Amino acid sequence: MNSAEIHFLLDGRDVRIRDLAPTTTVLNWLREHEARTGTKEGCAEGDCGACTVVIAEARNGSLRWRAVNACIQLLPTLHGKALFTVESLRTAHGVLHPAQQAMVESHGSQCGFCTPGFVMSLFGLYQSQAAPDKQSIADTLSGNLCRCTGYRPILDAAQAMYHLPAPESSLPAPVWRADKDPAAARLLARLEAIEHDDTTLMLSHTRGDGTLTRFIAPRTLEAFATQLLEHPQATILAGSTDVGLWITKQFRALPVLLYLGRVRELARIELSADTLEIGAAVTLEDAFDHILPHYPELTELWRRFASRPIRNAGTLCGNIANGSPIGDSMPALIAIGAEVVLQRGKQQRQLPLEALYLGYQQKDLTPGEFVRAVRIPLHSQSNGESLIRAWKVSKRHDQDISAVFAGLAITHEDGIITHARLAFGGMAATPRRAVLTEASLIGRPFDAAALADAHHALTQDFQPLSDMRASADYRMRVAQNLLTRLQLDMTGVTTRLDTLEVTDELG
Amino acid sequence: MNSAESITTTPHHAPVQPIGSAGEALAHESAVLHVTGSASYIDDLPELRRTLHAAIGLATAAHARVQSINLDAVRAAPGVVAVLTADDIPGLNDFGPVVHDDPIFATSEVQFHGQALFAVLAEDMHAARAAARLAQVEYEALPAVLSVDDALEAGTRVLPDVSLRQGEVDGALAKAAHRLSGTVRHGGQDHFYLETHIAYAIPQEDNTMKVYASSQHPGEVQLQVAHALGVDAKDVVVECRRMGGGFGGKESQPGQIAAIAAIGALRTGRPVKLRLDRDDDMILTGKRHDFRIDWEAGFDDDGRLAAVRFRQSTRAGYSADLTGAIADRAMFHADNAYYLPAVAIDSHRCKTHTVSNTAFRGFGGPQGMFGIEEVIDNIARHLGRDPLEIRKLNYYGVDERNTTHYGQRIEDNVLAPMTTELEASCQYASRRAAIRQWNASSPVIKRGIALTPVKFGISFTATHLNQAGALLHVYTDGTVMLNHGGTEMGQGLFTKVAQVVARELQIDIDRIRVTASDTARVPNASATAASSGADLNGKAAQDAARKIKARLTEFAAAKFGCREDQVEFLPNRIRAGNTELSFAELAHAAWMGRVSLSATGYYRTPRIAYDRHTLSGRPFYYYAYGAACSEVAIDTLTGESRVLRTDILHDVGHSLNPAIDLGQVEGGFIQGMGWLTMEELWWDDKGRLRTHAPSTYKIPAVSDLPPVFNVRLWERGINSEDSIFRSKAVGEPPFMLALSVWHAIKDAIAAAGDYRLTPQLNAPATPEEILRSLDALRAHLASEAAAA
Repeated sequence: MNSAEIHFLLDGRDVRIRDLAPTTTVLNWLREHEARTGTKEGCAEGDCGACTVVIAEARNGSLRWRAVNACIQLLPTLHGKALFTVESLRTAHGVLHPAQQAMVESHGSQCGFCTPGFVMSLFGLYQSQAAPDKQSIADTLSGNLCRCTGYRPILDAAQAMYHLPAPESSLPAPVWRADKDPAAARLLARLEAIEHDDTTLMLSHTRGDGTLTRFIAPRTLEAFATQLLEHPQATILAGSTDVGLWITKQFRALPVLLYLGRVRELARIELSADTLEIGAAVTLEDAFDHILPHYPELTELWRRFASRPIRNAGTLCGNIANGSPIGDSMPALIAIGAEVVLQRGKQQRQLPLEALYLGYQQKDLTPGEFVRAVRIPLHSQSNGESLIRAWKVSKRHDQDISAVFAGLAITHEDGIITHARLAFGGMAATPRRAVLTEASLIGRPFDAAALADAHHALTQDFQPLSDMRASADYRMRVAQNLLTRLQLDMTGVTTRLDTLEVTDELG
Repeated sequence: MNSAESITTTPHHAPVQPIGSAGEALAHESAVLHVTGSASYIDDLPELRRTLHAAIGLATAAHARVQSINLDAVRAAPGVVAVLTADDIPGLNDFGPVVHDDPIFATSEVQFHGQALFAVLAEDMHAARAAARLAQVEYEALPAVLSVDDALEAGTRVLPDVSLRQGEVDGALAKAAHRLSGTVRHGGQDHFYLETHIAYAIPQEDNTMKVYASSQHPGEVQLQVAHALGVDAKDVVVECRRMGGGFGGKESQPGQIAAIAAIGALRTGRPVKLRLDRDDDMILTGKRHDFRIDWEAGFDDDGRLAAVRFRQSTRAGYSADLTGAIADRAMFHADNAYYLPAVAIDSHRCKTHTVSNTAFRGFGGPQGMFGIEEVIDNIARHLGRDPLEIRKLNYYGVDERNTTHYGQRIEDNVLAPMTTELEASCQYASRRAAIRQWNASSPVIKRGIALTPVKFGISFTATHLNQAGALLHVYTDGTVMLNHGGTEMGQGLFTKVAQVVARELQIDIDRIRVTASDTARVPNASATAASSGADLNGKAAQDAARKIKARLTEFAAAKFGCREDQVEFLPNRIRAGNTELSFAELAHAAWMGRVSLSATGYYRTPRIAYDRHTLSGRPFYYYAYGAACSEVAIDTLTGESRVLRTDILHDVGHSLNPAIDLGQVEGGFIQGMGWLTMEELWWDDKGRLRTHAPSTYKIPAVSDLPPVFNVRLWERGINSEDSIFRSKAVGEPPFMLALSVWHAIKDAIAAAGDYRLTPQLNAPATPEEILRSLDALRAHLASEAAAA
């Protein structure tokens, strides 16, 4: 059964769209088709946040609110969801939402162009979390750039909005008050009604010059796998945090888009006694939610992985399947021994994650095969004391692409290193283990001589490139120094900048 | 008028000032529009029927002769309606603001990678942008000069070298007890206004043109469009309600964008919108000038400067643009806050085959100050003294040592008391001692602290630009339309000028409508730049309001039978002798009495005179001052840094709006911090800018805000000159407070060498640059140890 109609809600209104290029972004649909111009384009690549909108969706019987970048979200991915933009917030009587009112009172806007995006990120926070601390607020706003204010008044607004009265509004109440709110229940029911069966969403659109674009969004894993066999050249679409740029920046022709975001089985996160399996449709934010309790060492990776709106849209498996040499998740996952589950038709196979990458943009995937899930072991396979670190080095703390990313895991018994899995991003054409360096450390204490040997071995493992993010020399030097830091960490010497306590007076 | 209603003798207990009067911390006039998404930027305006969308075709060589250009595939692409090249320009192929060396479209010679070659007009934006990539151009490569060093070697300039000499530099250097020299560099900076360049041109009857342009200088865009179209100024109207940020990037650059849209509109007879996408905006439009500064300084045992020599070499890019005035201002600010007994400055305005650099907040000031602060820091480290001590020792005096190297006597120096106050409030001395102690037991993380001053000259150095006009109408219901030549880019100018009028006319701010900057309403306006917006336009609007007030006073005195000095403007009311009535009633009565309720206002800054040939005189009406103390930490393994705390004290005189001024101070500081730390423009060896989007070019984000950030306006501040309500300009000066971060980073690096060596660091202090500096320091220490 197929459906050829996108159906979603905007301000409680049913929107049904049939004949539209499926590569139309949410932003362009809002601005160009609806003349709803509050949402702005600042970069068209998901890096500035001026286009931030909020999406509500039904998730396990409750509403889930997410801020995403409208500039790289494709309109068909809204099917079955509710869209809210900056125009949605003011009440019919013109009363501002607390997120808006607090921004006015805190002097949080100057030129105003980034403001709708900030307001929507704040609205997304307001809808999901009752009493965020400063770190949560910063995490929420990590994907919104402001060039005028310097952020202080916006951070003030984020706290102040919770102290303002909630308006009499037709908006569904935030999740922390939703149990008493009929509007939230109504919205949930309507969303569940749209996605009530296993219909595949099949859109096709022919441009004036005859170019055909198809968008296929199955609901079941079986249908998805079958469609990919039928269209082995299809572009698999998940969070579109990369594919979106192929459209907005590279003007690439994408004749068939196969969307996995509706596939129920791929949205699963399964926890067993010794593994955590994360499906291909699970967003980065949800994935980290489940990974961090087992691996608190990956907190920095999560916090500095792109931005909140990107993590709300992008998927962990998308990052893996994309296989960029500068993707942040892979070095950490390789270090902790993750495996990927691949599927083609009904056949499945499993690979150590590092084995997926054959060369630059080359993966061990046959036509019709896709990354179904990633499996993360929950316990170290070896005895002894293990140390896991995931460190990112980039020009900016928030939302930057790594110059070097290190995922480091070592095990030591009685001071002797017994196991080492040292994986790096930004150092080669793929995310890769430093096998010679690992070998140089195993079976000896992590002393000055071992460190010197490891530094040397690293130069045999990698010949990094120079580009706008860093020079080859710097990349090598930092990779070596991260091994130094690992050694210092074993002896408890270092303090990290991130955790440095800031007090008015040094003790 | 109904006399029973309006004429009363009851004493009226009115508030002291009307709502929103000057001095009040009022919200930005568009704040509610901003937060609801209903503030209209040019791309948000309803599109007229048959609007075309334009995209620019960019050159893909840094320096080359164009051998052939084949646009057939562009023309044949879906949705394309027309293609424009230089041959389609009816008038001048030029948008140079000062020197005519900026072609709208390059013709036979390409001068930077990304220069505009042609434009595509299509039915939608996507079609235009996709088609613009289909051109086939053959280039014959020519030698490309890409960096300042290349240009110094090749001797290429956009403008002649300029020298400034004051005192006997050679003699003083020879006699000085100590001499140091060095070379330091800082990078450029992309403005990264959130709204990219945009123009929307609408053809009108009889070959006239209406252009909406995101521009800090609509009056110049009007002339540039007129020249390109081959028509007169009277035939072009340019309007701008607001920009999504400017920062100097929309001062001279919008002319090209507007001209292309207007040429397209003229050629097709259809409205044309040209909105640059972010990458094209960053590649095509100018940035802050990067500088190489070579210096030599002589000083005594206490660290007091005897003489200093600077060679300031800046990368202008391929054309002059505003480089002359920017490099001049860098020379004027080579002193920052310090008295220079003898000084020699040589300024090289280097021509390179890169995008033409342009105005950016500070306009050469930050660049000049970067140099002298480097000198002061080096002196302190050489002598093993606290850099703040050396700074204060060299401050300009109040009654002596108070004449700048360009001959202006400083009459309003408040830096000493401001520094004292900040030093105390931020506990500089005790924290500096504690940091040194902490560093001694922290091998990997090092902290640093610095307190730096800012003195910034206020006025356009081109004296003729220091003028402004305003237009004010009072309607018969007592509401007011206010217009002036300034533009709103987020800095709150429209709010402040409305507050001036509210105070002058004693009416609530919601009775005043500020309308879009419009060349048809106020002609020949200067750019909103040089921090001068409120100073100039506030005074012009005040002048207009006073003219109306005078007419109303004369009218009221006559009508209510009292002397003019018995007419008093109370909040929203007027008392004339024993009669009191509302402002609205008076306005209506005045109209009935055939009194003109419309006035223009005009202002020119007094007391400024400056000879640009001798670089001497009184270029600045007054100075703005500030001081900042920053504490940072660096990771000596990776070179990463983090600002832990900043304290700022800044002088805005009597603030027109403390909330807006605080926003300017904080925002300027963070932007300056970005310039000096993370914002790196990176060109490859082919002259391609590879950091042309926020994915690669990093401006400060929310986590970069110092966790402790104490920012205060100086309560004792007052402008010693008769500025608008004794306020001070605030747009640019706070930018340079970020030098405190820069010097705190250097202090932290110095800690890694036990404070014995002077770190060599170039801006921006990316992790890579900090690690390079640390490694150089460590190598030096290692070789010392080996020698010992």
